[in-house]
Amino acid sequence: MESEIVINVSELTKKFGSFTAVDRISFDVHKGEIFGFLGANGAGKTTAMQMLCGISKPTSGKGTVAGYDILKENEKIKRNIGYMSQRFSLYEDLKVWENIRLFGGIYGLTDKEIKEKTNELLHRLRFESERNTLVKSLPLGWKQKLAFSVAVFHTPQIVFLDEPTGGVDPAMRRQFWEMIYEASDRGITVFVTTHYMDEAEYCHRVSIMVDGRIEALDVPGNLKEIHQAQSMDEVFRKLARKATRMDNG
Amino acid sequence: MKQFLSFVHKEFYHILRDGRTMLILLGMPVVQILLFGFAINMEVQHIRTVIFDPAQDAATRDITERLTANPYFHMQGYVYSSDEINKLLQRGETDVAIVYEQNFNENLVHSKKAQLQIIADASNPNTGTIVAGYVTAIVGEYHPHIPYRIEVENKLLYNPEMKSAYTFVPGIMGLVLMIICAIMTSISIVREKERGTMEVLLTSPLKPGTVLISKTVPYLALSFINLITILLLSYFVLGVPIQGNLALLVAVSVLFIFLSLSLGLLISTLVQTQVTAVLISGIGLMMPTLILSGMIFPIGNMPEPLQWVSSAVPARWYIAAVKKVMIEGLGFTHVVKEVGILTAMVVFLIGASIAKIKNRL
Repeated sequence: MESEIVINVSELTKKFGSFTAVDRISFDVHKGEIFGFLGANGAGKTTAMQMLCGISKPTSGKGTVAGYDILKENEKIKRNIGYMSQRFSLYEDLKVWENIRLFGGIYGLTDKEIKEKTNELLHRLRFESERNTLVKSLPLGWKQKLAFSVAVFHTPQIVFLDEPTGGVDPAMRRQFWEMIYEASDRGITVFVTTHYMDEAEYCHRVSIMVDGRIEALDVPGNLKEIHQAQSMDEVFRKLARKATRMDNG
Repeated sequence: MKQFLSFVHKEFYHILRDGRTMLILLGMPVVQILLFGFAINMEVQHIRTVIFDPAQDAATRDITERLTANPYFHMQGYVYSSDEINKLLQRGETDVAIVYEQNFNENLVHSKKAQLQIIADASNPNTGTIVAGYVTAIVGEYHPHIPYRIEVENKLLYNPEMKSAYTFVPGIMGLVLMIICAIMTSISIVREKERGTMEVLLTSPLKPGTVLISKTVPYLALSFINLITILLLSYFVLGVPIQGNLALLVAVSVLFIFLSLSLGLLISTLVQTQVTAVLISGIGLMMPTLILSGMIFPIGNMPEPLQWVSSAVPARWYIAAVKKVMIEGLGFTHVVKEVGILTAMVVFLIGASIAKIKNRL
């Protein structure tokens, strides 16, 4: 891929005392790419993601996200990214439109923009009838679609998804990935962590973290070829077997 | 500013949509005022009294009449032996027995000295003391020659009817404001951490400080409503007058509200789950506020080490200030010490929370 680089990190490290959560990782992510960020629990995925999002300061190393320095310009980074966490990230006791308006407001959109984009979004999701529904009474799959839509509502350059499809049935996951592709087509870079290896196959490129280091990074096809595996699941198991670190979530 | 308003808006939704919590928050001061004002009454009333009067002369009859006429005493009648008194007291059928000596009036006139015994049921020591005190006071009024003289005036100043509400209202103000501001603020912040929405907020352009301040705004509003409720109820229902300057009273309360809010913020930066937040605020704030603030137990009666500990309880200073301003009607110059201490506490707590927030990530 020759397109513009939106995430660039080199030798990024995070230590908590004597424990090295993330150990000198380096990689690039291109504009519009769907970048799968895999690793067992405790491999350092979440910590790495937090550094990229500007909410955790690296111990050493450097990098840029959306063209801004992760050491110095994390406030600017925050304006240009979206984030959806593994735990559900909307407010359950707010209505659908109130959640959208809240995040629109937080990202500094004007009332007019929020109104137009809300109508457009609800129309696209065929959610118009649920406008005034409290989020807690929506089914989980719908909540997650909505959470994703809210995360990209302000058209960020990059959206970070931390295990977005946890606990959702396969049909819903499929629909969710369609939304991810759609966002990618619109030029939004998608940085996604997942536990589901079938989802890893949907990514343009995949990195696999083991014990805080990136052990593999390539397109899924190449990874399978190199490791002589039938599926990404097999690749992952072959690499994860090398882990010495305790599973500490 | 738009960010801030959107966020405050959302906070109000959280509270308004949670009807049960809101009912508790708004109803709590009402229930507490009524409970403390009426049910939990430290005054002793309906004191069941028996008289053993072998003298039966002008002086004893006069004293007995005074006791009978007093609304606090319920006269059960005469008894004729000390055995009878013992039985009644043992069975809990009477609270106090008044025993005159023989030739009471004669002794009084001739030797200017007559004896009267008060036998009170002190199984509840407070009640016993109070009952004995009442009787002593009434007897003392009768005649200067009777060897009982106690100085009633000093004790009853500011609260001539010995109403408990006078001491409880400032206490309840401290307790309610502390609960709403500190406990509820810390819970509402920790809830975001627990549900994972805090991560989303931290990755957004919202500054952590903005998040925390917006969280306190609705509770600030609730506290004002509660403050007004308490003052209205205590004035109109319990009949506690506001002797001092209302503006000064409100100003001191606002200071205490800020203090409680910053305490809530500090707790929320220290803990990760709502349960811990409730435990810390419940045990760490409510118990000291109830026990060490002087609301129920006078600080002067505590052992010295506990008195030092109580100096660290913010409600102690607030309650002291409210008592001075509201009940005693004193002006600003008399509460400078309390206001100074509360201000210092606010500055310290806000500083500590800010330091903690910066270190968090």
